[in-house]
Order: sequence, then structure tokens, then C-alpha cells
Amino acid sequence: MKIVSITKTVHDWLFSIMPEGAASIVEMVLIAVAYLAFFAVAGLYLVLLERRVAAWFQLRLGPNRVGPQGIFQTMADALKLVSKELTGTIKADNFLYNLAPYFVIVSSLMALAVFPFTQEFQAFDINIGIFFLIAISSIGVIGILLGGWSSNNKYALIGAMRSGVQTISYELSVGLSLLTMVLLTGTLQLSEIVEVQKNGWLIVQGHIPAIIAFMIYMIAGTAETNRAPFDLVEAESELGAGFHTEYSGMKFAYFFLAEFINMFIIAAIATTIFFGAWLSPFGITDSIPWLGVFWFLGKTLLLVFLMMWFRWTFPRLRVDQLLTLEWKYLLPINLVNIVIMAILVWLNLTIKF
Amino acid sequence: METVTEITTRNFKSQEYFINMGPQHPATHGVLRLVLTIDGEIIKKVEPDLGYIHRSIEKMSERDSYQQIVHLTDRMDYLSSHINNEAVCLAVENALQLEIPDRVKVIRTIISELTRIASHTLWWGVMGMDVGALTTYFYGFRDREMINDIFEETCGARLTMNYNAPGGLMFDIHPNFVQRVKDFIAHFKTKLPEYDRLLTGNVIFQKRTKGVGILTKEDAISFGASGPVGRASGYSCDVRKHHPYSAYDRVQFNEILDTEGDTFARYRVRVQEMWESMSIIEQLIDNIPEGEYKVKTNAVIKLPKGEFYQKVETARGELGVYIISTGTKNPYRIKFRSPGFSNLSLLNHITVGGKIGDLVATMATLDLVIPDIDR
Amino acid sequence: MSYFSDIYNGIKTLLTGMSITGNYFLHSRKGAITQQYPDNRETLKMFDRFRGEVIMPHDENNEHRCTGCQSCEIACPNGSIEIIWDRQLDPETGKKKKMIDKHIYHLSMCTMCGLCIEACPTDAIVWAQNFENSVYDRSQLTKVLNRPGSKVKAGIED
Repeated sequence: MKIVSITKTVHDWLFSIMPEGAASIVEMVLIAVAYLAFFAVAGLYLVLLERRVAAWFQLRLGPNRVGPQGIFQTMADALKLVSKELTGTIKADNFLYNLAPYFVIVSSLMALAVFPFTQEFQAFDINIGIFFLIAISSIGVIGILLGGWSSNNKYALIGAMRSGVQTISYELSVGLSLLTMVLLTGTLQLSEIVEVQKNGWLIVQGHIPAIIAFMIYMIAGTAETNRAPFDLVEAESELGAGFHTEYSGMKFAYFFLAEFINMFIIAAIATTIFFGAWLSPFGITDSIPWLGVFWFLGKTLLLVFLMMWFRWTFPRLRVDQLLTLEWKYLLPINLVNIVIMAILVWLNLTIKF
Repeated sequence: METVTEITTRNFKSQEYFINMGPQHPATHGVLRLVLTIDGEIIKKVEPDLGYIHRSIEKMSERDSYQQIVHLTDRMDYLSSHINNEAVCLAVENALQLEIPDRVKVIRTIISELTRIASHTLWWGVMGMDVGALTTYFYGFRDREMINDIFEETCGARLTMNYNAPGGLMFDIHPNFVQRVKDFIAHFKTKLPEYDRLLTGNVIFQKRTKGVGILTKEDAISFGASGPVGRASGYSCDVRKHHPYSAYDRVQFNEILDTEGDTFARYRVRVQEMWESMSIIEQLIDNIPEGEYKVKTNAVIKLPKGEFYQKVETARGELGVYIISTGTKNPYRIKFRSPGFSNLSLLNHITVGGKIGDLVATMATLDLVIPDIDR
Repeated sequence: MSYFSDIYNGIKTLLTGMSITGNYFLHSRKGAITQQYPDNRETLKMFDRFRGEVIMPHDENNEHRCTGCQSCEIACPNGSIEIIWDRQLDPETGKKKKMIDKHIYHLSMCTMCGLCIEACPTDAIVWAQNFENSVYDRSQLTKVLNRPGSKVKAGIED
């Protein structure tokens, strides 16, 4: 309630001192800056989390020198990257080369706007929420393609082309698996999807087809973020660093940060659609609405951990196997799954509390 | 005036282009340069370019005494340094017709097999890393670390051990040696099944390796493939079995053979070899005979006039040492037939037509050690 | 039907792999195999046969055991040992005797093969177990092993 009242105070104050149009613009900018600052830092901490989790999987300790338990490690890394020289190749297409990192980072930050962290704490409750998310998350690949193509490096080019192939294919599965769940909710608006889940999280409501949809979503989502086992784009044993081979300093950091924010987004979408967003299990903390943030982040981080677990266990697929998996396994299963879900909804076989 | 299209069609007959893989590429495991001709993702030609780590070990050996040559061979295939040492020592001992005590033979065999396990665990970790499973690297290194500790305690060094000397060993084994080896075997017996569960059975790994980089038996023989690479194609080429040296004639072990000849077969042969090595060590560790650890040799070893050849089975295959002596304290010429060089020559033959990912997986199972190729 | 059994077996093998890494993750507290190196300097003990660098031990009277026979110099494959010696009058016996002036050891050229120590007839040089040999100037790697003013221990003959 506190956060909401602060925002309300700021809102009222802004509208009292300036005309309505200017006030709403200032308000948007303020919110954007707040989100930007928060998620830049959160992205850095996701990097740290990944490094620590990887270390624990690999019988190591992980970064533990900078600050207690290494909590300032990624901050220091970011500081180093900011101060680094931005190198590039002479024959690069300079305009596109410099543009590409911003494409990637902006598209991933844009998607964050629509998530309902609590009932009130949602920056942009658009009525086509899921559609918006799917659309935004496929823009990032343009940045990767541009970066790989314009840096005039063959490794980067191969990486970028693989990225194009991969993202375009897996877009389908992400979209269709989310569509399966939309059949249950009957709405694309995220706040209303959460509202529907007050009768039980969708993964419980939709039981078997929902679980299948969730599995497909997690596989396709991991592929969307270009993480192992689908990290063909930057397969370091094949392509060196892949599409960002020629990037250095902060421009590299944008790519790097975008990967982690994308991972957070994929997990956050799954939380919102399948696991009831800010809803607590069995409504145990319904009386304290601001605890929703805790539940939302908790569930998201759990799914992020699952993706890290994938990454540090599985070998990488080959590029043709990647497409086989999508077109011969995920897509047909997904299509059948939609039909099953439709029948389920039609016959009213869903589980509702 | 040529148009742009004409220029492009003249210079590039198709969509093919070149890529330099190496000498600083993560998958080449050293300073190997591969010039790839690629059409999209498909490999048309692989040309290995050697010489980045050539240290002229063969030429240096001509200036060194026979005791000194031994330590140079550490630097060839550094993952089986003990076995390399053994090759030179056996060649010199055979030339001098020295009678080597049983104790030396048994200790040499045990350490050779430990070296083989150490090499294969490292290879297993790197194999996983090459196909994208980064965690295997640390599990492989954990087990290798125990062997390296054994080496460090007994030989004084972890990698370039130089424990052999013509006539025997530099010094006796450490009192803790037997216990440590037993501890390691007990530990590794629980960990090796984990290797299988983590990587061998993994569906992605199997898809990546099965049917990739197929080498037929005929090609294996004609290219001079040896070691696990040859055996995975069904070519029975284990020097330990066919020309036993040291204590290999008194232990029971199976030569691991496979018929597929693909990347997965080479992987499986190596993993199985670790089991066989453990069984060899287990047979020998409890009954190391008492006796001298070294035969007294002259301070200056002079080989009789003639040509001497000795081959051993390193972790990578058949290592041959060919010495021409003119009766002086230095060899007139020394030639090392290294397994990595012959195995590398296969690379173009078995990867053409595959994808870049296949090349990396295939190269991982050839288990190249670049200093061994360049010498 | 192999389509579905493929999926089932595939997922099963993936979960098997995840159970291995997951198990290590849960036991990561005690399972770390890495060392926090500069912190554990006090407890880090190398094995007593570890080849760090060649040293020449001196006793409390500043006496070493090197007679200057040059066996190590000959045995060394890389020329990392140079002995500068002279024939001097032995103050006790009054006879001329081979004595080392400087036993120079180039650590930068040493491959730690151990042949010099094997060759030494009087055990004058031994391995030290230190391994922190990095310096900023390579001239610091050229060491004189015998201390200034030291002399050979009585009773050591070459």
C-alpha cells in the first residue's frame, strides 16, 4: 500500500503544478527512469546469481571477493565495462554496428512495462498484454542480426544467422503455448489473466494440457533467450563469441545484460500466465497486497533457476537439430495441445476451486 | 567494365567462404589453425595449418644425452608425459639390453595407466565443454586432480613428471603411493557411472555424436589412425595387447573395440578404457614386487651403433620412438611417431559435409594435443 | 509410436542429467574442489618431493656441500646451471683444491627435470618447495645459490 500511496502522492502533485499533458509525460518519464534503474541493477544481480549458481553446480565457490559474498562483483564488472574503450572493426557498417546493442536492450526493457508485480504495481496494463509481450520479444532478434551482420566478421555473421533461424522458429512455439492458456482465460490483458487465476493457477486449472504447454513454453523460452542448450548464437566452442565477437565495453554489456533481462522476462511471463503472478499459494497472504511483489519475484526467480539448471547441465544442440526439435516435435505437439485445451474448456473439464 | 555480379561470380564460384578456426580458437585446444571452407554451415574442406608450437624437439634431442632426451618428451603430449618418457627409456634400455627389475616395470605400468585415466578424464571434461555442457569440465578435473596429487607426491610434478630414466625410475615411489591409488580407484568407481548418467545417456549428446564423423576401418588403417580413434573403427591396434611392454603381459585386460567408427563410438571407447585402466591398476597395485627401482647405468650412456624402434600406447594412440645411433652419447637422429599427427590427418576426411558443430564434436573425440602434433 | 517413446526417453535422460548436477548443487556447501589460493598460504603445504626451484642448503656455519665438480652443469639439458670455480689453497690442509666461486642458477631456463639433483654426488643441491616464482624482472630469476662468504663443508670430497 505504501508504494501505491507514494505514487499517488507524486501523481497528484504533478497534476497540481502543471497542465495535464505535460504532467502525464513527466510521469511516464519518471516511471521509465525508475524501471530502467531498477532493472539495470536487477540484471546485474541476475548475472551474479547465474555465476554463483553455476559455481555451485560445478563444485566451485563463485565470485566472493568484491564485497560480502561477492555482491558487488557485477557492479565492479559493469564499472569496468563502462570505462572500457569501445573498439570496432574498420570495415564495419558503423551506424548499424552502433545501433544494434540499443535495439536489443530497449526491446527487452520495453517488455518489462506490462508485468503485474502486484495488483496495483503495474506500469502499463494494456488490453493486449500477451500479444504485446510476444511482439516485443521478437524485436530483439533484429538487434542481434544487425550486430552480427554489421560487424563484418564471419563468426558474428554465422551467429547472427543462426539467431535469426532460431528466434523465428521458436517464436511460434512461445506464441502457441501462450495461446493455449489464453483459451482458458479468454483475455489477453495480464491483470485480468491474474484475476482469472484467483480460482486456481492456470497450470492447475488446465492440468495436463497446461503442463504440456508450460514445458513447451520453457523449452521455447530458453531458446528465445539464446541460452544453453540453445546458445548456438554465441556457441563459444564453435564461433568464439558469436554475434558479439566484435563488441567491447558498454556495447557488449548491453548484449550481455539484455540476455539476462530476457531470461527474467521469459520467467516472468511464465509466472504471470501459469503460476498466478502475484497471487500467493492458497491465498495465504491475500490480506497484505504488497507481499505480491515477493511472490512474483520468488516464482520468477525459481523459474530463472530452472533455466540456469538447464544451462549448466545440457550440451548444446546442433543447428539442424534445433530446427528438428521445433518443427517436428514442439510445433505439432503444441497444435494438438491447443485442440485438447479447447475441448477441455468446451466440456468444462478444468479444475476450479 | 565488369559488373559487381560478374566480379563476385568470378571470385566466388558459389556461396563458399573461408574461416580461420584458430590459432586462438576455444575448440582447437591449443594453437592449431584450421582453414575451413564453408558453404553456409556446411564444411567443404578442412586444412590444418601446423607449426605454431613447433619447438624442434627432435633436433634438440640430437644434441642431448639420452637421459636428457627423456625430459623433452614430457613436452610433446603433455597429458601422457609418463608414457612418452617410458617410450624413450624402453628404446634406450632395449638398445643397451638392460635387464629391468620387475618393480620398475610394475610401477611404470601403474603410473602409465593412471596417466591414461588422467588424460581421459580431462578429455571427457573438454569433450562435454566442446559440445556445450560446461559442467562436465569441472567434474572431469575433480577426478584428474586426485591423480595429479598422486603424481605430485611421488614424482614431484603434476604434468611434466620426468619420472622415468633410462634404466628405471628417478626415485622410488612415495610410501603413500599405494594407499592414494587405492583411494582414487575407490573414488573413481563411484564417479565414472555419473559420467555416463550426465553425458553419455543424454539425448542431446547422443544426437550430436551418433553418426557424426564416421571413419571406416579401411580408412583408419590407411590414415594410420591409432589409439581410441582406430579402435572405435574396429581396427585392433592396441600396442599394449599386440606388443606388450613393461608389465602389460602379466595383466588381464580387454582391448575395447567398436565398429561404428563415429564420434559416439570414439567417446564410448575412451570411457570404457577408463574402466579397463582401473582394472589393470587394481591387478597390479597390491603386488608391486620388491627390488631396485633403478639399474645402475653409466653416467654417460652410449648406445651401440644401429637403429632402434620402440612403440608404446599413449592415451592418444601409438607413439613410436625411432633412434639412429652412431655409437656416440647423442643420437644421430631421433624420430617420434606421434599419434596426434596421424589422427589429425583424418580430420578433413571425416568432417567434410558436416556442420561446424560436427567439426567441433569430431575434433573433440580425436583428442588432439597440439604440442604432440607439432613437437 | 517411436515418436512418443523418443520424447519420453529423451526427457528421461535429460532429467537424469539434471539430477546429477542438482545433487551437486544441493551439496555444494561442502563439495567445492577449488582452493582460495592466496588466503590459504599458511595451510597450503606442497608435497616434499615437489619441484619448485633448485636451492643449495647451507648449515649454520655458512657451509654448503658443493665441491664444484660440475656434474649438475653437465647433466642440465638447458644450460640453466653455470659454475664459476677456481683452484684455491685450502686453509686447513694447505693443498690446492677446486672451490666454487659462484653457483649460478637460471630459474628462467629451468624445466624442473631434476637431472642435476640426481647427478649431484654430494647432495649439495636439493629441491625447494616454493612455487611463487614470478618476478617483475627476469634478471631476478638468475640466482647465485651459494651464499657470499660460504665455503664447502669439511670432509666433502669430489
